[in-house]
Amino acid sequence: MIRFILLQNRQGKTRLAKYYVPLEDSEKHKVEYEVHRLVVNRDPKFTNFVEFRTHKVIYRRYAGLFFSLCVDITDNELAYLECIHLFVEILDHFFSNVCELDLVFNFHKVYLILDEFILAGELQETSKKAIIERMGELEKLE
Amino acid sequence: MNPFSSGTRLRDMIRAIRACKTAAEERAVVRKECAAIRAAINENDQDYRHRNLAKLMFIQMLGYPTHFGQMECLKLIASSGFPEKRIGYLGLMLLLDERQEVLMLVTNSLKQDLNHSNQYIVGLALCALGNICSAEMARDLAPEVERLLQFRDPNIRKKAALCSIRIIKKVPDLAENFINPAASLLKEKHHGVLITGVQLCTDLCKVSSEALEYFRKKCTDGLVKTLRDIANSPYAPEYDIAGITDPFLHIRLLKLLRILGQGDADASDCMNDILAQVATKTESNKNAGNAILYECVETIMSIEDNGGLRVLAINILGRFLSNRDNNIRYVALNMLMKAMMVDAQAVQRHRATILECVKDSDASIQKRALELVYLLVNENNVKPLTKELIEYLEVSDQEFKGDLTAKICSLVEKFSPEKIWYIDQMLKVLSEAGNFVKDEVWHALIVVISNATDLHGYTVRALYRAVQTSTEQETLVRVAVWCIGEYGDMLVNDVGMLDIEDPITVTESDAVDATEVAIKRHSSDLTTKAMALIALLKLSSRFPSCSERIRDIIVQNKGNLVLELQQRSIEFNCILQKHQNIRSALVERMPVLDEATFSGRRAGSLPAAVSTSTGAPRNLPNGIAKPAAAPIADLLDLSSDDVPAPSSSGGDFLQDLLGVDLSPASAPSGTSQPPKAGTDVLLDLLSLGTLPPAQSSSSTSDILSSSQDNKAPLANLNGLSSLPSLSPNATSPASAASMMDLLDGFGPSPQNHEENGPAYPSLVAYESSSLRMTFNFSKQPGNPQTTLIQATFTNLSPNVYNDFLFQAAVPKFLQLHLDPASSNTLPASGNGSITQNLKVTNSQHGKKSLVMRIRIAYKMKNKEVLEEGQISNFPRDL
Repeated sequence: MIRFILLQNRQGKTRLAKYYVPLEDSEKHKVEYEVHRLVVNRDPKFTNFVEFRTHKVIYRRYAGLFFSLCVDITDNELAYLECIHLFVEILDHFFSNVCELDLVFNFHKVYLILDEFILAGELQETSKKAIIERMGELEKLE
Repeated sequence: MNPFSSGTRLRDMIRAIRACKTAAEERAVVRKECAAIRAAINENDQDYRHRNLAKLMFIQMLGYPTHFGQMECLKLIASSGFPEKRIGYLGLMLLLDERQEVLMLVTNSLKQDLNHSNQYIVGLALCALGNICSAEMARDLAPEVERLLQFRDPNIRKKAALCSIRIIKKVPDLAENFINPAASLLKEKHHGVLITGVQLCTDLCKVSSEALEYFRKKCTDGLVKTLRDIANSPYAPEYDIAGITDPFLHIRLLKLLRILGQGDADASDCMNDILAQVATKTESNKNAGNAILYECVETIMSIEDNGGLRVLAINILGRFLSNRDNNIRYVALNMLMKAMMVDAQAVQRHRATILECVKDSDASIQKRALELVYLLVNENNVKPLTKELIEYLEVSDQEFKGDLTAKICSLVEKFSPEKIWYIDQMLKVLSEAGNFVKDEVWHALIVVISNATDLHGYTVRALYRAVQTSTEQETLVRVAVWCIGEYGDMLVNDVGMLDIEDPITVTESDAVDATEVAIKRHSSDLTTKAMALIALLKLSSRFPSCSERIRDIIVQNKGNLVLELQQRSIEFNCILQKHQNIRSALVERMPVLDEATFSGRRAGSLPAAVSTSTGAPRNLPNGIAKPAAAPIADLLDLSSDDVPAPSSSGGDFLQDLLGVDLSPASAPSGTSQPPKAGTDVLLDLLSLGTLPPAQSSSSTSDILSSSQDNKAPLANLNGLSSLPSLSPNATSPASAASMMDLLDGFGPSPQNHEENGPAYPSLVAYESSSLRMTFNFSKQPGNPQTTLIQATFTNLSPNVYNDFLFQAAVPKFLQLHLDPASSNTLPASGNGSITQNLKVTNSQHGKKSLVMRIRIAYKMKNKEVLEEGQISNFPRDL
């Protein structure tokens, strides 16, 4: 199960933080700081997996953005790596050529996309098309 | 009205925040915005509520407190429009979590929305519930969610399925309600519903054995078929990733099959074919394919044995291990750990590759590989593997050294085929990474060295060599200094030379040099310096020619700023200067340390008894009354480092000094002495050392036997115990001084045991500031059980004692007969004495030693005086 999802830039600014387990605000900030420190300086040739406390962080870097998923130690790392990529593809499709600024100004939409993709820490939909269509329907209701 | 397109205020705020050059500026902007939002909240502003909440979410993401907006979420959720509800639910998930009481207020809104006619609103409510549901909400809303599992729109069904997972995790009792609806989800064609349905079944199996049985019986075949269909499905653009249709669904299905197959031969049998197909047919040139293979291998490893499949799985892992992609190698290492349980032999074949992974530059791989190597080691391969690991220790990163060192030490200890190998490897580790070695590890090393009698010379020479080159490794220096102190003579005289050793010429002065370096090095910590000081004291007796130099070094430390070192230096100097006659006995080589006791205490079976001894010098007023709980082995043991350092080495040293000569005192001293009797430090320590018979351990005998070799100093030290006592109120700063007093007062008086014949030395059985009692022993021929004791009382004060009365009591195994005293008046200042004969019969002769409680009453200047004491330091064989 996914414990939390973080999107951070290289400076460590959080662009999206979704927690599927309850944490105090102070604890969240600590986690965000630690995860950033953990992933930011790793060699690109290194694995995309780092052990984090009693869990595992699966991260992937796209340009200046780090997508990090914290998952259980027994979870399939490769699958979650693929999961990050699918999420990025969905964002890319939705914002057509996504960049960090899109995510900053439309952070609420990023959350909505995420809520269509992952729920309760589990994968909800694996079709990019289905999610984009669903987002279209929701946008119409605004 | 859309808050984000019409009014641009959210965009404006984000821009303003982004434009800030400093953190202070940003704080100012945020403060202003928060003030405005608070004002709007107070005015109950309806129009901008959702925009304000959106701003708050952004502010919250920046790390500012936003709890004041929580009620706004609730208000938005309660409003009727979709856009308001959408922002409200989003805020609910971001600003609140399941632990907030406010959440109770939202249950009713959620219930209404779950029953809403607009399916998008139902979707919002399900999503929020799935992310923040508490146990109470789970109970209240489970029926709604259960119903929604059969909703016509698949988007709602998949959300409801994931929501159900959250509910059954919060309240496992609700699981049975979900078993049937979950099973029907497995028949779906829609991938989203299918994958969430499979996940729900997986989680149901985890919380309910009933569900597991049900799915195993009813759904295994169906799941196998679904997996086969998806694996064989033609190109499906919607779900295609790297040429594979929906790898995520593959993985979820494999995972559920694993749970169903585990421990059930029939179910396992049923899935063999499809697993074989997935394992052989899946493309492994892309991450997605490897993710499936990885999951498939895990399933094969976990279900009931099918030899052929396991070979296939291990081969896949072998391929993974040689992959150039680090991620793939990482998961291979991860899975090989599990494969160890299934087929250790097969994993052993990859040992060389795994060992290479330990040396990888990526910490994640290193860590996995090291753990795997740790599992791979057995008696047969421990030598080459340890060699590799130690070689790598030299070049590994600082951050990795800690882990690596711990693992090597543990391996070496666990599998060492012989002591010399163990010592060799440990010396290498200490030289390379001594600073990472934990205390208990080098303590254990010293215990082993101490027990390896024939290797003492070899070890001390090897350590001497090592410490010349690696002076910065604290623990190496400690072990080296300890060994040089104990076995310094062997270092210099090449005692016990082994064939494999290179000859080495070390002079006495070189050995002292090595120790001096340790004491003078700035980076040495207190423990090291204290150990070096003790080593020097020991060397002073081993190397008489260096005695003066050693004294100089010790004298230099007399002004040390650390109290402990200062005090020890003063004491040691005193020993060197004034007590030549007892020095050699004081610094005898330590008795062999007891391995069983040490390992037992390491495992925590014995309490940390050392604190009793180390605490003693500081607890003058009540220390004496403390029952001696510590077995002697504990007192002698090195682990006093477990307690705070300042007191440790002191205690250590004193045990060191006194422990060897304590043996005659092995009488029950559990009976506490009256506090008045003797409150001096040394008596305290001695009484601590006395051994309650019940606790005698094997090491005691070592100590006892070693003490028989030096009977003469033994009597001397016994004398020590009855030297002038301090007042009961003496405080700890006095202890150092009193210690010296004791030694000084005792220095010039070699006991007159020559007169008493060789058999039993006389004993100063009791001594206070005013009175001394000496015992002379003799035996009747042919009656070894009975001892005749002649007690002689001497008055140490300038006043005459009248009405002098001596009384004594003994435990049941002894019989005591007192003859009348020679007089009841004791002249002043030692001008005469009283003698009194005692006859003691020991029914446990040879097993237990004599012990006696005494009480002496007299009148001094017409004032009644009472003195009491316990004598437990009788010669042992009385």
